[in-house]
Amino acid sequence: MSPPPFAPLPLPRSIPRGWFGRYRLELGAREGRHEHVLRLQADYFREGNNDSEDSGLRFATCQSLWKQIKSETEQIQEELNKQLFDNLVSFLRRSHSEFQEKTTEWTCQMKSSEIPTAALVLGVNVTDHDLTFKSLSEVLQNNITPYVALLQAKDCPGIKNLMQKLMGQLMNCYIDVDTSDEEDWVQVSQNRIRCSMASLISWYENITKKTDSETPSKKRTSSRHLQSPPVVVIFKDMESFTTKVLQDFLVISSQHIRELPLILIFGIATSPMIIHSLLPHSVSSLLCIELFQSLSCKEHLSTIIDKLLLTTQFAFKLSEKVLQVLINIFLYHDFSVQNFIKGFQLCIVEHFCSQPLSVLCCRLVEAKKRVNSLSHSQCENVRRLPSFRRYVESQVSEKQIALLTADNFLKIRELHCACLENRVWETEEYESSLQLARMLNKSDLVTMLQKCVEIFASSSGKEFDKVVEKLKEFLTQFQKLEVAGACQERGESVSSQKELQKKTDLYHLQKTLLELKESRRSKKLTKFEMLRFEVVDFIDNLVRNYLVPADHKTLHEIMYFNTASALREHLNAAPRIALHTALNNPYCYLKNQALKSDGGTISNKAPDICIVYKLHLECGRLINLVDWLEAFSTVVMAVEGPNAAASDQVDDIIHARFIRAVSELELLGFIKPSKQKTDHVARLTWGGC
Amino acid sequence: MPNLEHPAYPAATLLRLESLVPCRESQVSMLLSIFGERQQFTFPSIFIYGHTSSGKTYVMQTLLNTLQLPHVFVNCVEYFTSRLLLEEILIQLQNCSFETKHASHVLCDTFNDFVRMFKQAVTSQDLQDQTLYIVLDRAEQLREMEANILPAFLRLQELTDRNVTVVLLSEIVWELFRPSTGCFEPFTLYFPDYSIGHLQKILSHNHPPEYSADFYAAYINILLGVFYMVCRDLKELQHLAALNFSKYCEPVVRGEANERDTRKLWKNIEPHLKKAMQTVYLREISSSQWERLQRDDGEPGQLKGLSAHAHVELPYYSKFLLIAAYLASYNPVRTDKRFFLKHHGKIKKTNFMKKHEKTSNHLLGPKPFPLDRLLAILYSIVDNRVAPTANIFSQITSLVTLQLLSLVGHNDQLDGPRYKCTVSLDFIRAIARPQQESIDTF
Repeated sequence: MSPPPFAPLPLPRSIPRGWFGRYRLELGAREGRHEHVLRLQADYFREGNNDSEDSGLRFATCQSLWKQIKSETEQIQEELNKQLFDNLVSFLRRSHSEFQEKTTEWTCQMKSSEIPTAALVLGVNVTDHDLTFKSLSEVLQNNITPYVALLQAKDCPGIKNLMQKLMGQLMNCYIDVDTSDEEDWVQVSQNRIRCSMASLISWYENITKKTDSETPSKKRTSSRHLQSPPVVVIFKDMESFTTKVLQDFLVISSQHIRELPLILIFGIATSPMIIHSLLPHSVSSLLCIELFQSLSCKEHLSTIIDKLLLTTQFAFKLSEKVLQVLINIFLYHDFSVQNFIKGFQLCIVEHFCSQPLSVLCCRLVEAKKRVNSLSHSQCENVRRLPSFRRYVESQVSEKQIALLTADNFLKIRELHCACLENRVWETEEYESSLQLARMLNKSDLVTMLQKCVEIFASSSGKEFDKVVEKLKEFLTQFQKLEVAGACQERGESVSSQKELQKKTDLYHLQKTLLELKESRRSKKLTKFEMLRFEVVDFIDNLVRNYLVPADHKTLHEIMYFNTASALREHLNAAPRIALHTALNNPYCYLKNQALKSDGGTISNKAPDICIVYKLHLECGRLINLVDWLEAFSTVVMAVEGPNAAASDQVDDIIHARFIRAVSELELLGFIKPSKQKTDHVARLTWGGC
Repeated sequence: MPNLEHPAYPAATLLRLESLVPCRESQVSMLLSIFGERQQFTFPSIFIYGHTSSGKTYVMQTLLNTLQLPHVFVNCVEYFTSRLLLEEILIQLQNCSFETKHASHVLCDTFNDFVRMFKQAVTSQDLQDQTLYIVLDRAEQLREMEANILPAFLRLQELTDRNVTVVLLSEIVWELFRPSTGCFEPFTLYFPDYSIGHLQKILSHNHPPEYSADFYAAYINILLGVFYMVCRDLKELQHLAALNFSKYCEPVVRGEANERDTRKLWKNIEPHLKKAMQTVYLREISSSQWERLQRDDGEPGQLKGLSAHAHVELPYYSKFLLIAAYLASYNPVRTDKRFFLKHHGKIKKTNFMKKHEKTSNHLLGPKPFPLDRLLAILYSIVDNRVAPTANIFSQITSLVTLQLLSLVGHNDQLDGPRYKCTVSLDFIRAIARPQQESIDTF
């Protein structure tokens, strides 16, 4: 899916001189475009908030945090794709070795030589595919062959473009592999390369001959590649290719498969059925298709969340609402993990930019240092935090004064808070799972308890030792119960079966069955359910004690990004609503005091198009142009007093202004000319009377 | 069987030729008599047509190679523009004779250039005193090139004033080629489909060296019995024969049956072939997977075919968008009010009509609908409020790129784009199941 418009950071109008120099010194003498962008971003950090004290530090923290997170996500993706890529690589090796087998055998001669094809089903999150293909082609280039070409449907409207693209990529990759021969190739590419399979084949023959005759020292580099390496062509978006282009390409390449060992990879977003619907049998019979499926995007996302958010590795956290916004976008709209990560990045930037205290959002050791060097104004900022105020109010009055005045005291409290913050990560997840736990069956509950024991045992805090013991006790109780329960149940079922055999007529049968059910339910409640409730209550208490919701914690603002509304504004662009706001309430964008109006009145100072738009909102599906013009002129003339309005004739200038405004509305797609009635236009938007 | 006879060629060559083209003797002898002797002029253009794998290309190639006639063989699919095609012909012409192998770069933009360079090439290659054959395979592609290419090829003999014959090979009839302005009519020759007897004969021709011809012929007989109803493509049949032969031989190899034990062998292979028809033949699983299965003696049920993975996971709103699109495509506009508004009034009267409409609508196929209608239906079938954000609009576009919806009309038409829903009822049902959205009620 196409990515949602990612709001770019607005650039500052002017770069403050003095600060400019300072930051440049900090960064060092390296020059470059990237640095320029960085500088501008840093400036933005500074401008966003009045006190510029820590903006540099905050910016640096933000950058380093993002760098860490980025490398972490890339690593996660690599790990997740490993299985898939391994399968693909082994498929390529296998099919290539099959292809290279000596063809003297009878079956090999009789079989038609099909093109090995991997159908790679990647799911509908098209925005994520780019990264996958990129790493795939890297893997292939490292393990199989230097000749990998990536084709995209939008580059290949015809077979000619496809061949051009393919040859361009392949011949360039030769240059990449071996730069010493570059001169040769520049010469050839200056000549007009005939863009046909024949020239591709001759290129391949040349290149394989060359690598074969290379000196052993040079050959070392290509030794990880296969003998006479295959040419891998990846179709990134199979669905968008036109049938004809694909068919032609497959027909051509199947005729030359002996001379040019080609292997295809189809990137499929929907389902592999698309191959059959795109290709007729005569063409699909030229292929030897094997299916590969990537990990589902949901699993991918949950791994990402596990590794990024539910961990103490990164100090930065998302509050429940923000996380909900991001997950909603993922589930409701695009299934795109990349977009999720981008949203996460936006959160980081927003957080560090808007929250001056975010300078403390870093590793604990580092944070301690920074706390000690907090300036007075920063402490003032801390005092302004609502969560801190709450905390203060709950303390006794002498302490309150101390807290509000002594900076040093504040710093100590803060450290404590930072310690606490680290353990809050399981909050929301636990709350919701508690409901679930009440309904779990026996075996699930037992395994869950075992897991809890593991988790608590692994966490270092001494206060958890008691908890672990208690849980273990529960577990043994369960095991006992299980044995007993199994015996009892068996006995019961045997007896009930006997009973059932006695009853023959339907009515009685039904009755006994119902009774049996009832009795079972009540019995279970007595033993198993009692224990279950006990366990659940215990866990509940535990959770209530240790896992207080994050926003009840003092100073949670430092680490938790909270402003979901900002995020929503940035990520859920609503073009229609924005357009309506602009036309209906121009003050919102123009910030001109004269335009400030309350409610439904139409100001004559507004731009013409706004007046026309407001007037048209009051009309039905068909709008009479004459009436509209009259209303328009009334509004515009209102300022000039009653004597001007008295004249029947509409001023030429006003007429022209009206026509221009109406045609602008037409351009924006609000109205269109109608043939149903003369002098009428039709409304294209809803909301008519 | 008519023996090939021609005074111009030695009998031994003709005999060899005959053995190479089984079941096509009459066509070959016809062609031979048209071609005449080497130096004789023949038809300026010959049009040969017939179904897929009825031996057109193979016969022409064998004929020209066996008799060592000078020729150029070009596939029009491979050389997809007129320039590539003309240049390829000239290049092949230059390489026709032995000593020139310098593959010089030929530049040929127009047919006029081609005629000029063709004449030069013929003179330099010393081909004036014998007929040169230019064979254009998959000639239907010529219709998509410039309008002058096809008529010019048909008259090449006249235009160049050389002894040249153009042979067009195609799967479609000549009537579909004829340009509206008229052109020189070629001599047309039809290659009929191979009958089951022909197929049997040709397929048995290449038996594996380890087994007798009779044994292989019996196998081919069983194979044709299963596949002849669905497939008459010689190449495909040959492929399938090669794939499954090892399974057929199994009892013999294991010593459970001898080569003449036809019934036992049939019992062994028949279900296997039927399975192959449902899987390998449809390319549900690939040939190499099939072979591996055979080797490991596994059940084909273990491997899921391509169509087993038909389910598509979609984001929440994409599902609803697709459902809305389906409803918009298959319901008439006037029923929208009745289905999607809360206070719609008369239902009982139209109940019967609705049923009638539904069946016919599914038979008629999807109808285009405007974007606004799609959104209106979407808003009414989604329970909570949907904001018309850019995300929703971009999802519509991505559904189009995924080929689940299709844009009707031009891409550049910005006001009021119209879409069609291209997925089937089953697909929609599968999508709607988790949403508890019953499509049948609409």
